[in-house]
Order: sequence, then C-alpha cells, then structure tokens
Amino acid sequence: MTILAKYTKLREHYHRIAGAGRDPFTVKFDAMLSPTEGMLNGRRTILLGTNNYLGLTFDQSCIDKGVDALKSFGTGTTGSRIANGSYDGHAALERELATFYGRESCMVFTTGYQANLGIISTLVGKDDLLFLDSDSHASIYDAAKMTPAQVIRFRHNDPEDLNKRLRRVADHPGNKLVVVEGIYSMLGDVAPLKEFAQVKRENGVYLLVDEAHSMGVLGETGRGLAQEVGVEDDVDFIVGTFSKSLGAVGGFCVSDLPDFDVMRVACRPYMFTASLPPSVIATCLRSLERLQEEPGLRTKLMANSKRLYDGLRNLGFQVGPDVNPIVAVSLPSIELAITFWNRLLEEGLYLNLALPPATPNSQSLLRTSVSAAHTTKQIDTAIDLFAKVARQLGVQPALVQTAAE
Amino acid sequence: MTTDVNDIVETIIAALVKTLPTPVTVTTETSITRDLGLDSLAVMDFVMVLEDKFDVSIPMERIAEVETIGDLARTISELRGHA
Repeated sequence: MTILAKYTKLREHYHRIAGAGRDPFTVKFDAMLSPTEGMLNGRRTILLGTNNYLGLTFDQSCIDKGVDALKSFGTGTTGSRIANGSYDGHAALERELATFYGRESCMVFTTGYQANLGIISTLVGKDDLLFLDSDSHASIYDAAKMTPAQVIRFRHNDPEDLNKRLRRVADHPGNKLVVVEGIYSMLGDVAPLKEFAQVKRENGVYLLVDEAHSMGVLGETGRGLAQEVGVEDDVDFIVGTFSKSLGAVGGFCVSDLPDFDVMRVACRPYMFTASLPPSVIATCLRSLERLQEEPGLRTKLMANSKRLYDGLRNLGFQVGPDVNPIVAVSLPSIELAITFWNRLLEEGLYLNLALPPATPNSQSLLRTSVSAAHTTKQIDTAIDLFAKVARQLGVQPALVQTAAE
Repeated sequence: MTTDVNDIVETIIAALVKTLPTPVTVTTETSITRDLGLDSLAVMDFVMVLEDKFDVSIPMERIAEVETIGDLARTISELRGHA
C-alpha cells in the first residue's frame, strides 16, 4: 500500500482502456505534416481532433513572428508577470485582445485552464455565490474548489433552472456570478445565451462566458457566441484561450469592469506562474490579426463542420444537437467506443476518445474537431472511414443510437 | 433523529431507488459514494433532484462533506431551517 493506493481503481480502468489496443492517453505524433495531417506509427494520419479550428499552427506569418521573437527575446521569460515576466509583447497582446473585444481591460494567462481557475476563483469571495452549468469544463469546477464562495450547480443549458436557483437565494446579500460556456467541448452544443442574459438582467448578477471553443468560430468578427447572439453588453467577463483558434497556448480574460486591474495582484494563478514565452506571445499577436484579416477561414470552418456533421448523421450516427466544429458521435458502450476508435486510428484517422466521467450523461464519445484547413476530400474520407469501420464491426449506426440527448 | 430528518431520509431513499441501475437496500448509514457505486458527478446530479424536491440549494462544498444518506438528510434539514 503506497500513497498511490487510492488510485487502484483508476489504474485498473486505465489499463482496461489502454489494453484494448493503442493507449488513447499517450498517442504520440512522430511528425506534423500540416495542421490537418501527422505521422502516427509511421502512417500518414488525418488529424480530426486537434481543436485547431482556423488551422493557423503552420501559418507562415505566425511562424516568422515567433522565430523573430525567439531570436530577439530568448526562449522564455523565466518569471511571473508581476515579478519579472512582463515584456512589451505581453502588454501588446493584452491591448490587442481588449481592442478586438471592444473592452477596457485584458489579462493574459499562461494557459486557458489558469485563466478560468484564476478569474473565477478570485472574482467570488467567501460572502459571494457562484453558479455553474452542470456540464462545465474541469477548469471551472477546479475554480469552484478553490474559492471560499458557495457554489451552486444548475442544469445544463437551462436558463429557467438557473433562474429558479437564483430566486431561492434572492435575499442573499453577496455578489452572484454565473458561469457558462459558448460551445461545450464534449458535444459541441451551444449555450442559450440570449436567455441566460435575460436571467442575468432580471436577477442583477454578473455573467462570465468562456468562449474557449467559440472564439474565432462564432460571431460576425469571430468574438464568439455573445457576439453571435448580440448580448455582449450583458457579459461582464469573457474568458478565452490561445490554444484553439489561435493555434498556440495561453488564456485571457477581458472585461469593462472598473478597476479590473486589481486582479493582477489578487489572482494567484496569474501571480505565481511564469508568463508565456515571448515567441508564443508573438505568434498569438499575429494569429489574432489573421483571425480578423480572413473571415473566410470561419466560413470554410463552418462549411467543413456542416459537411462532417451531416455526413455522419446521414450514416445514422447520433451526433450532438448543434452544427459546430465539434462533432461528437455517441456510441452505446465504452467497449464499442474504444474498439471503434482503435480501428479508425489503424485506418489513418485520429480523433478523440471521450469517456465517462469526462462526458455528459456518461456517454461514450468519438469526438472530432473540424478545422478550416481540412480539405473537402479529408472530410469525405473521414465520413467514409466511419462507414467502413461501422460495417467491419457489424455496427448499424441507426440501430445503436442511445437515448442520450 | 427528528421527524423532519426521518421524512427527508424516506424521500431521499425513494428518489434514489428510482435512480440506481441495480436494486440496493439503502439505509441512513449507507455511504453515498462507496456503497452505491455513484461517481462524483452522478452524486451531484442526484443532489439536483433533491434540491428541486425540497426547494433548497445545496452548495457543492456542503455536498463534499456528506458521507451517508443520514448526513445528506441532516444537511437538507439544516438548509431548510435557514430558509
């Protein structure tokens, strides 16, 4: 019995999954050929699970900016933002993001996870209340664990349920913060943000929207779901990430709240982490420009998404409720999902295996994420491979639909 | 144990039996996470059902302190008392 004994069950579960074929948790790419193709076990493989929505990871202008910054500023800042890790680029990126969102303030974090962890856990104090959607990302749940505030969950994408829970504590004197996401990362479903904004107004609470998967994807200029549905004025805080549409790593929060900058000396996940390397900042500055220069990327992304979503649904697979770059196929058992995933990988198609408890309603999912950089042929190949593997496994998609919503 | 808590225990057990995939005998001493095979998310989802039944909100940090069905009933009773 060691200190790790408490993970015995987890280890068994892991070995069962990994033992069924390749280990989905340690897939290793030998080389990246493009934003949409890599070498995996010596085989050219289509990448359909990278969150690389705009395909900017190999954009030459982004790479050039990164290389310049690497040469001029070195490999890393070796310090935190408040101690010794703020360079011109960090401040410039914060200014550019604030301008892009039309907001007063912006804070850049070293990861998207830390942006949620830091902002949410710092905004609400011990006398406040935090309201979370039940399908929230782990970074939001972890922020909830860190805060001394009372934390209340509401039913996923259910503004009326939130309203009911807010009314129960209407007399509570503390500040109330509601957290929702633009596009949810497992099923690609979209929050009913107009309705949430109305609940926010009626109850006089603060609203934070995590646009991690919707930045660069939704909205007229790519600002995300709040822009798409016209409720940006109701959103007090927008959190986002650089690791998806911007093709790098990092996170941020923008806000118009007066004195927001005090967060820089209150938010521990911001204060006690080394800041992003200057080369990453430089590529993000450029990819944020690219996002704005080329709205055509979003058009192509949505066209690819629709093609994959329709293709898989027409085969009879159960997909999520909304057409989005995240297209998730729900399978009736963990075992079938693992086998299916392994067979697709052998055929040269990489996507994400998402299993309970990381999935809503304990679903077993083959989760794909589409990129603007995918060719129509790659999308069609992916659909064909789904059909082929289903045939080989004797699975009739229309007959394996589960009742999950 | 007060009548209030006993009533709450009965309501919890009735609701729980409907939720569980396999029939289990549930008592006041039943451990919610250990004896019922529910993962942490399933527990939180079940708590939502109870919140609606009793018209209370049970903050997540209070759920974390709950071990048995009896603990859960006492927590709900306390929260209702404050309402």
